[in-house]
Amino acid sequence: MKIFWIELYFELKKNKGSMVGLFIIGISLFISIFAPILSPHNPAEVFPNALRIPPSFLSGGQNQFFFGTDDIGRDIMSRLIYGSRISLSVGFSVVILSLITGTILGVVAGFYGGLIDRFIMRLTDLIMSLPSILFAIVIVAVLGPGISNAIFAVSVVAVPNFIRIIRAQVLFEKNRQYVQAAKLFGASNFKLMFNEILPNCMAPLIVQATLGFSDGILNCAALGFLGLGAQAPMSEWGTMLSDARSYIESSPWMVTLPGICILLTVLSFNLLGDGLRDALDPRLKKQN
Amino acid sequence: MSIILNVEALDKTYPIKKIFKETIELKALTNISFHLAKKETLGIVGESGCGKSTLAKVLTKLENISSGEINFRGKNFNTLSAHEFHSFIQMVFQDPYQSLNPRKKAFDIIAAPLRINSELNEKEISLKVHEMLRKVGLREEFASRYPHHFSGGQRQRIGIARALMLRPEVLILDEPVSALDVSIGAQVLNLLLELQNEFSLSYLFISHDLSVIQHMSDRIIVMYLGRIVEYGTRDEVFNNPQHPYTKALLESAPKPQKGKETSANILKGELPSALNLPIGCAFAPRCPIATEKCKSFIPELEIKKNRMVACFEA
Amino acid sequence: MSNHLLSVQDLNIFFKSDKNLTPIHAVRDLSFSIDQGEMLGVVGESGSGKSITNLAIMGLLPETAIVSAKEFVFNKNALLELKDTTWQKIRGGEISMIFQDPMSALNPFLSVEFQMIETIKAHKGLSKKEARELSLDLLDQVGIASPKERLSSFPFELSGGMAQRVMIAMAISSDPKLLIADEPTTALDVTIQKQILTLLKSLQNKKNMSIILVTHDLGVIGEFSEKVQVMYAGEVVEAGKTEEIINAPQHPYTSALLNSRPGAVIRKAKTILPSISGIVPSFNQRPQGCQFHPRCNFTQSDCINQKISLLNGCRCIHPLTNGVNL
Repeated sequence: MKIFWIELYFELKKNKGSMVGLFIIGISLFISIFAPILSPHNPAEVFPNALRIPPSFLSGGQNQFFFGTDDIGRDIMSRLIYGSRISLSVGFSVVILSLITGTILGVVAGFYGGLIDRFIMRLTDLIMSLPSILFAIVIVAVLGPGISNAIFAVSVVAVPNFIRIIRAQVLFEKNRQYVQAAKLFGASNFKLMFNEILPNCMAPLIVQATLGFSDGILNCAALGFLGLGAQAPMSEWGTMLSDARSYIESSPWMVTLPGICILLTVLSFNLLGDGLRDALDPRLKKQN
Repeated sequence: MSIILNVEALDKTYPIKKIFKETIELKALTNISFHLAKKETLGIVGESGCGKSTLAKVLTKLENISSGEINFRGKNFNTLSAHEFHSFIQMVFQDPYQSLNPRKKAFDIIAAPLRINSELNEKEISLKVHEMLRKVGLREEFASRYPHHFSGGQRQRIGIARALMLRPEVLILDEPVSALDVSIGAQVLNLLLELQNEFSLSYLFISHDLSVIQHMSDRIIVMYLGRIVEYGTRDEVFNNPQHPYTKALLESAPKPQKGKETSANILKGELPSALNLPIGCAFAPRCPIATEKCKSFIPELEIKKNRMVACFEA
Repeated sequence: MSNHLLSVQDLNIFFKSDKNLTPIHAVRDLSFSIDQGEMLGVVGESGSGKSITNLAIMGLLPETAIVSAKEFVFNKNALLELKDTTWQKIRGGEISMIFQDPMSALNPFLSVEFQMIETIKAHKGLSKKEARELSLDLLDQVGIASPKERLSSFPFELSGGMAQRVMIAMAISSDPKLLIADEPTTALDVTIQKQILTLLKSLQNKKNMSIILVTHDLGVIGEFSEKVQVMYAGEVVEAGKTEEIINAPQHPYTSALLNSRPGAVIRKAKTILPSISGIVPSFNQRPQGCQFHPRCNFTQSDCINQKISLLNGCRCIHPLTNGVNL
């Protein structure tokens, strides 16, 4: 497995886009870990005398507030820095939740086939037949707004992607001879699924997990924007966007900056995902 | 000689479902009977579609039989416990690139049967794995490598080691050398002969390659479209073939030294579809000596000239 | 310039690679020639360079390949200096190729008719109707029983032998001077193999076509080809008349290859075969001196260091006489 990661890194290095993505991800990881040290102010702290101050590099800006302040006088830079914590952990939770559920369901569906397969696949069809954000809104509307419910809703929406990818891979792998060989010495179905077959489905899983990260961040931000995700005073990028909506003409920086943050993070994960796909594909071909 | 594997009147059919059409049956194996004795090698030869791989699958319970009986040492194989069954019969697969899990180290591949079927601790397992590695001619330090580090011949040795870990009595060899180069194949055949002596193994050697079958077998079954057409000792079948299909097969095998009588006798046509078998003898459409009787009746296996033949004209 | 149809002198093929600084020397000092109407058998195990040589003749090597040769001439064309447009005329026109797996060489979504007619139209500039007639004729020539039915079928409806016949029909549609058959029967059953090889042989005689028959099976060569060259680790180790080489191999590798075939000599059942120990050295671990010396039973000290050239059709300084090393 160690060799697998080293080889993957060398393959990935050839792709400039994915290296840029990896770099941005690294920076945002660093920022979110060291948020208390890096942010100049407490993100919730209100400066009543400094409402909607433009960024320091624009006219009228103050050096104290590098990216300016919002409508109730909070430092935007600090809020963005703390926002990265939320976005990354939201992305991470969504991926972990949907990855685990999706993998288990996908492996079971692909391995057993028949009724179980049909049931699971119709379920995914159901989820996928609605626009994902709409479905997430429905779930949050039922459960009530809040960051944890938003994470749950976005995870549910992301599960079908994992199920489909894993199931297709399992269908291909389960007929290969090494699985038959394992049956011959009496390996249980559980061992066959998770010990023999699953390790050979890693490549598409890694790609989907990376892409799922960006989807998760985006969908959670969207829910936040609609007021269904993170609640005030939590500094979440989507919520910041929606709060700043009414000032879009007078104070455009309040909308632009969180927007750019979302864009960069999502883009970097997509770049990395695409790079991983390219890097892992030839490996797949070599094995088969 | 003690008979350890006995197969009686084995049938295997696959239902083929078609939308808006009646379900039809594909007869993969029809009326297969044979026996295998201790330390004996029974060669099964035939072209693609003759059912030899299906036979391997039903004997290892990878597929269920449709009717018939399989007895291991006089006991019906369905009455054996899983553990008894796995330690009685094992199989070596054709393609050493497909039959080893690419994500597992050689050690784990070979140790897996013991981990599942025995109470041994890791230290005892490790001893046994290393012992087996030596026996199949691999160096012990290879244990920590992944399959893609090995050549085809080495992979096949790993496959053999895995199959032998439970000390089976019968080993099914499904085209074990056909994916390998000639010089490497010879090494693997030699290894199989040595292991047969050492572990008193009985082999069911499946191959399309007549020369390999001739070299390895004591007795031979020739199959055509799911049926046994000739069944006898190696010398009887090779030196004095009776069934016209066996004759054609022997004549088709390319030989480096040009024989004195280069036969212009090439078998015409191709295999009929197993879904649409002829009414009579399955070989009749290609047979040079077929009569009207052959086209309407199926010949049964009967003893002729010291072997079993399924042919009216033999 | 020689009068051979294809003449190769000291062909060397290297591959550049990311991992290795020095290019991989895949084929070294390969020399052979083939005349019009002749069949040349090429035998070798995997890694012997036989497939790479074929690709070089077809001009299909990847861009990472570096090819050099003293002479590499096909039908008075110096292959290494050809322009792309000329290549397209030669490839698939004057030189055709058939492969081990006919199924993967045919497009599964297109009918045999469409694929054959497109090929013929591209190379012969015939009308669709003429191309169809020619297709029927060709299918008949390659021994397909009901050409009209087969023409309208799709590849998955064909058996392996039938698909290979279709491939041969397409390959000879341009009346090639040279047909390269790369393991054409390895995926087929013995009875079908015999049919296909007999067909190739009769086409060679009927059309005065040259054939390079690549195989790992000495039996196939022995039965069908008058000339043979045995390749090992990127070199020709022995070349000459098939009958002489098979009856009295000079190179220890050829001899070992012949002896390790099960059933080569009528033996008692279940005797140990005289096998060759070890494996073919991989491209980046080629030994010094004779390529075969680490596996050879007759290695002497002078085999290990010096470069050995092909002498009297045998690349060995201690050749065998009647199977015995002197």
